Amino acid sequence: MTVLDTTTKNTAAAYSAFRPLLQGILPSTAAFLLALAAGAILIVFWGGNPVTAYAALADGAFGSWNSIAETLLRSIPLTFTGLAVAIAFRGGAFNVGAEGQLYIGGTAAAVVALWLPALPSYLLLPLMIAAAMGAGALWAGLAGMLKLRFGASELITTIMLTYVAIYLVSYLLRGPLQEAAGYLPQTDRLPSGARFASLITSTRLHMGFLVTLATVALTQFLLWRTVWGYRLRVTGINARAAMAAGMAVGGLSMSAFLTSGALAGLAGVMEVVGVQHRMIENLSPGFGYTGIIVALLGQTSPFGVLIAALLFAGLQVGATTMEAAAGVPATLTVIIQALVVLFLIGRPAIGQIARALRRS
Amino acid sequence: MTSFLSDPVVQGYLEASMRLAMPIMLAALGGILAERAGVLNIALDGTMLAGSFVGFVITYLTGNLWLGVIAGMLAGALVGAVLALYAVLIGSNQVVVGVAINLLIVGATSFLYRTIFGVGTAQPRVTSFAPLELTALSDIPLIGPLLFHQAPIVYLGLALVPIVWIAMTRTSFGWQVAAVGEHPEAAETLGISVMRTRFICLLISGLLAGLGGAFLSLSATGIFIDNMTAGRGYIALAILVLGRRHPLGVFVAAILFGAADALQLRGQNLDIGLPYQAFLMFPYILTILVLILFAGKARNPAALGIPFHRDRPK
Repeated sequence: MTVLDTTTKNTAAAYSAFRPLLQGILPSTAAFLLALAAGAILIVFWGGNPVTAYAALADGAFGSWNSIAETLLRSIPLTFTGLAVAIAFRGGAFNVGAEGQLYIGGTAAAVVALWLPALPSYLLLPLMIAAAMGAGALWAGLAGMLKLRFGASELITTIMLTYVAIYLVSYLLRGPLQEAAGYLPQTDRLPSGARFASLITSTRLHMGFLVTLATVALTQFLLWRTVWGYRLRVTGINARAAMAAGMAVGGLSMSAFLTSGALAGLAGVMEVVGVQHRMIENLSPGFGYTGIIVALLGQTSPFGVLIAALLFAGLQVGATTMEAAAGVPATLTVIIQALVVLFLIGRPAIGQIARALRRS
Repeated sequence: MTSFLSDPVVQGYLEASMRLAMPIMLAALGGILAERAGVLNIALDGTMLAGSFVGFVITYLTGNLWLGVIAGMLAGALVGAVLALYAVLIGSNQVVVGVAINLLIVGATSFLYRTIFGVGTAQPRVTSFAPLELTALSDIPLIGPLLFHQAPIVYLGLALVPIVWIAMTRTSFGWQVAAVGEHPEAAETLGISVMRTRFICLLISGLLAGLGGAFLSLSATGIFIDNMTAGRGYIALAILVLGRRHPLGVFVAAILFGAADALQLRGQNLDIGLPYQAFLMFPYILTILVLILFAGKARNPAALGIPFHRDRPK
């Protein structure tokens, strides 16, 4: 019965709260535009011109082939962490620790490449991906086990495990895995077999983007076209009902944690083989946390997650240009991203206010 | 025994334990009200961060520490009000709102810090609270340095423990809170406004978490850094489980965490062959261990985490 603790009930309630939102993308779009408007107010407060700032942002995100490639590149880890949170959410779990699973996954992948440097690419890359998925799944599965066995809320344990993961990785990169030169907290450059080929020449966009699209399609299929996906969703909506229908709720819940962690681990390996070509201490600027928002904005559907990830990728890539061109701090994007969710879930308020006005 | 306890190293350790316990204790004390009233306050971490930031800015601009503390508390209350707007009035999922608020405040404080102080190299500082020594009492072994050689906010925090205790067990307000958290429908039938009670509890929770945050920037360090709470709000949630949402329990649990945290700070300087990261992980691992041992045994308020709608049947 430990599965039926408050957070499970909560996420189930959350899911039903999100159901009306599943109809159409209008609310998500409206929330996004409102958040941009709020961001404009902050830019004015900062002392800038929102029009020039946003123009620089749009230019940085979509202004040239290269910036489009950068936006697509950035969408890769955001899609994976978004999928990670979304899958967990569908199964009634709130994985707020995708960040830690990403770090563990990236490190595991790098270890494989450093251990078997001579392997050809077609063997090494799948091995690295498998290692990252396994390690990420292990890290999330730990939180799942703590929840199922001891009733420890994954909200707290996944966050705590993220801090543990980041310190663990920091130790490894300053100790046993550190580059031979011994200066920076990073591994040596990985062998050339541990790299994705580029997808568009003279940009950084790599074949991992195709893996991302395939994973989105696969998770969509798994969630909506398989028995496992059906049972997972039922467990997420109402664990009690799932149990009454004879489903193995504990196992399903655990599988949600494991899949979620594997997806977060994938985000890590994509950054290692596609962008950094080594494991570094600051692999992620909060992809795991942004993934929570990506999942919510994408209404926990894989295709929705992809669209939300592309949107936020553009925002993040463009913000760098905005900071350089207009001076507005790029951390503005973090505010806009969080506001999107708050506006999105604040939607019922409009109806309530209208009702209150009519009553008075 | 006395000579051991009056050893400066031991005294310093005890002082540090209390200093590190205080922010999470204050956040958890407020969390008692929120959770007893049936609202999960996942936003504690962001609330602390808001208090920490606003407190620092106001003290930096005015040069007055107490003004900073008050501003930090008000900032916390504002976050509490936003949470209440969603969790109480709209009836949104409390976890989703809390997480979104935490992310919002990480971004907002980071953005505003750069707006106000620029991105220069010099770290803006304020002179933090000096310890206020209660002379006669601070010489008592063990509890002297632990309790009576501390900054003023610590005394304020310690005074709040019995105040919250009495408020929760001996006043009609406390009983109303318990009723609202255990059986909101029954409470409403008896004429207690569930929404008003929950709103007030979240405001108080915000005030106290804001105070805990202000303690971090104005008393413990004198600086503000991005995401300086580093998950302390989540640790406070675990403290609530360990302390069984009772003020005394929360107090003892927080001291335990403070002592563990102080131990890891000291441990980093000892050469015992462990990497320093192992010590940095310690409070987070301890939190997980606490949940393993106590989460299953805790009895939650019956209506915890469930939105309440007056005109809507359950």
